[in-house]
Amino acid sequence: MTRGWLPAALAALAVAGLVLAPVDLTGLGIPYVGLKRYGTYILTLWLVTAVAAMGVNLIVGYAGQETLAQAAFLGIGAYTTALMTKAGLPFGLAFLASGLAAFVVGIALGFPALRVQKHYLAFVTLAFSVFVWLVIRNEEWLTGGVSGIANINRPSLFGLSLRPALYFYWFTLAIAAVLTFAMWWLLRSPWGRAFTALRENPMRAESLGVDVRGYTLLAFAIGSAYGGFAGSLYAPLVEFIDPAPFALGPSLLYLLMVVIGGAGSFAGPFIGAGVAVLLPEWLRFAEGYYLIIYAVLVMVMMAFCPTGIAGLLERLLALRRRPLAEDKAPALEVPKP
Amino acid sequence: MTDFLQLMIAGLATGAIYALAAIGFTLLWQASQTINFAQGEFVMLPAFFALAGMKWLDLPFSIAALLAIAMSVFVLGVLFKAIIVDPLLRQGVLPLVISTIALAIFIKDGVKDVYSAEAQPFPTILPDQVVSLFGVRVSLAQLGVLAVALATIAALSWFLAATRTGRQMQATAQNPGVARILGVNVERMILYTFLINAALAAMASLLISPIYLAKFSNGETLGLAAFVAAIVGGFNQVRGAIAGGLVVGVIDNLAAAYVSTSYRQAVPLCLLVLIILFRPQGLLGRKEERAV
Amino acid sequence: MKAVLQVRDVAKSFGGVDAVRGVSFDVYEGEILGLIGPNGSGKSTLFNCILGQLTPSRGDIRVDGRSVTNMRPSRLNRLGVSRTFQLLQVFPQLTVRENLVLAAQEHRGSRLGRLFGPRDAGLTADADRMIAFFRLGHLADERAGSLSYGQQKLLDCAMAFMAGPRLSLLDEPAAGVNLTMLGNLKERLQAINRETGATFVVIEHNMEFVMSLCSRILVLAEGQLIAEGTPDAVRRNPKVIEAYLGH
Repeated sequence: MTRGWLPAALAALAVAGLVLAPVDLTGLGIPYVGLKRYGTYILTLWLVTAVAAMGVNLIVGYAGQETLAQAAFLGIGAYTTALMTKAGLPFGLAFLASGLAAFVVGIALGFPALRVQKHYLAFVTLAFSVFVWLVIRNEEWLTGGVSGIANINRPSLFGLSLRPALYFYWFTLAIAAVLTFAMWWLLRSPWGRAFTALRENPMRAESLGVDVRGYTLLAFAIGSAYGGFAGSLYAPLVEFIDPAPFALGPSLLYLLMVVIGGAGSFAGPFIGAGVAVLLPEWLRFAEGYYLIIYAVLVMVMMAFCPTGIAGLLERLLALRRRPLAEDKAPALEVPKP
Repeated sequence: MTDFLQLMIAGLATGAIYALAAIGFTLLWQASQTINFAQGEFVMLPAFFALAGMKWLDLPFSIAALLAIAMSVFVLGVLFKAIIVDPLLRQGVLPLVISTIALAIFIKDGVKDVYSAEAQPFPTILPDQVVSLFGVRVSLAQLGVLAVALATIAALSWFLAATRTGRQMQATAQNPGVARILGVNVERMILYTFLINAALAAMASLLISPIYLAKFSNGETLGLAAFVAAIVGGFNQVRGAIAGGLVVGVIDNLAAAYVSTSYRQAVPLCLLVLIILFRPQGLLGRKEERAV
Repeated sequence: MKAVLQVRDVAKSFGGVDAVRGVSFDVYEGEILGLIGPNGSGKSTLFNCILGQLTPSRGDIRVDGRSVTNMRPSRLNRLGVSRTFQLLQVFPQLTVRENLVLAAQEHRGSRLGRLFGPRDAGLTADADRMIAFFRLGHLADERAGSLSYGQQKLLDCAMAFMAGPRLSLLDEPAAGVNLTMLGNLKERLQAINRETGATFVVIEHNMEFVMSLCSRILVLAEGQLIAEGTPDAVRRNPKVIEAYLGH
């Protein structure tokens, strides 16, 4: 196995890199100009998308379910935060409320759906997605309808306004880091083991005392809560929200990005979010065709590498470490009676 | 009262079309464990084959319609199975589900980019006259749609029950292992299922496009209607898909008239939630044995 | 003697097929009970009804006097009833130790407590003890999927005993296991029974295994109990001989 300190060192390096990425370092004698406002915005968007993707990864990659409603949970989070901050409440409260609201709705949605056949959650979340979008679009008195809510302020931290792109980026990075740590903790805990068990063999897990229904419901609710948290960060990031980003289409894209990144791997959602945020930028010349290219990419990937990009990287790393893949079983001795 | 009857007939007409989509969807699930999330797009696409035939090849509508059906059976039946389902089924159900979602996006945006983002008027197979039937004014087109859809369903039911191939297909759907032992060519039966689904989707497309207009985004609504119909009827039954489709069609039409238009789409969704809460096996389904 | 498990008139039909037709028996504390019968006699179906994987068409099942009919398998397990399956079911991606920790973690403390507690729910010592008991010591950190079939069978049994169950139902534990391993397995099962007083019910086709392991045997044929008694008595019972030869 890899040396214990290596993943931690890599993580520290990654965090340092992320902190410094948008910063102009030429003043320190380092030939790196950093990112302008738009680049910083894209980086922040990547973090927000990754948080939502982490939620989907928990539901799909670890608990083995399907969710077609993550964008709807983002919508719940975004509108909750927008309305609360506009009413003068502190962002911290709005952020927590957004996550909690998404969690509660997740429980309410998942409870009946998971009593029945496995794939029913997919259809229920599909219906819920459409329903939420309808509510957001129609209830103008609350959400502003198609006109949306404009001029959403970015929060202030101890009097310091986070409006500048760089400050808001660091703020988002800090929150995303906390959420990432929480997910890592969750997956390492006995709950994570229960999730793995119920994904691999629900019948056996059930016979060992694992309450499969209960854990699946928890995974769905927590994953959806991450969608709520992501939405809460999304609102002040884009400063204007309308129903469009929270419709069924974007929900499907969250599902796809997690699968492309690698469902069931920890880095998967970050990779997938990166692809999802950067692809429209790279394919700007292809305009409307980027979705078609994205779709073809997904289908090809599913056929040849269903473990996604993370899975592909893992395979490459494994090949380099051990060029001959051996079956270990014959090397083990039979224990003496 | 006459208004209500008119709505009922209109509802049954669209419902019969939803039933076609739901039947195909259910057959695919039964025969090959394929959940086709692109089913809505399957019902949207054939209309565009016909429109393309008329616009780019200058074909008359009747020929274009036949071409559309043929192309659908090939692309959405043969190619779909060979290129997407077969390679992916080996990887498991989730990769296949994801791929059908990707396929839905592909078809939807493909039509939008290649043909048009605008809603296209679509010629009716049947004249749009209004006749008086027992004192109720009904559109001949609607009656025609209902008749054609019901005839298709009847033909399919007869095929499944009365012909040897049809019975073999049913056996394959119920228990492929046993069917194989009994000498049924299971792979071919599965292929037939895909072809039938494509044909049903094409029929549905030609019947519904005059009513909804052909638009690239129709797939979402049509797909949702098909899924709700299949589940409401009882996911593992063809009869259920028929009943479900008719119920969804009628409720959808009644909702359009009596419920505010902005929430019209929500009514079939509420139906779905109610069924899942109170009768998860659907109206006609059997109660599933608890596996876990 | 106290009855740990009481099965009363349990029946199960699938459509027109009556797999189990009104079976009643008791299982007494500390005994090793064998359940044998020709193929298709309904043994596994009976197990699945008792353990909650199937809903019986009729009948009542009680554990320590408490009705558990229709109880969800996970809840029944937490009451102290464990099982193994006919088809080997370990978690191939988890290590041997992790499989064992999983097998007992749901019995430790509260669910919320487990979220914030130690990663192994405090079970590493117990898991290691079980590993040593089943002599899988050198395999503790190997992925379960890389073990040989016999070793996986031992792990499967170990998982069933991890949480210290009152009652264990083992479905064909000897199937596919080589002779050496078989002796090992039988000896380990007897040791557990001796040391913890755990009660077992064992379905088996391997006559030698079940006759030498069990103190009492029930014989099932065509969904009904046709004989009951000590291994010797059952072996000589004409009804039993007919049931086997008749197939």
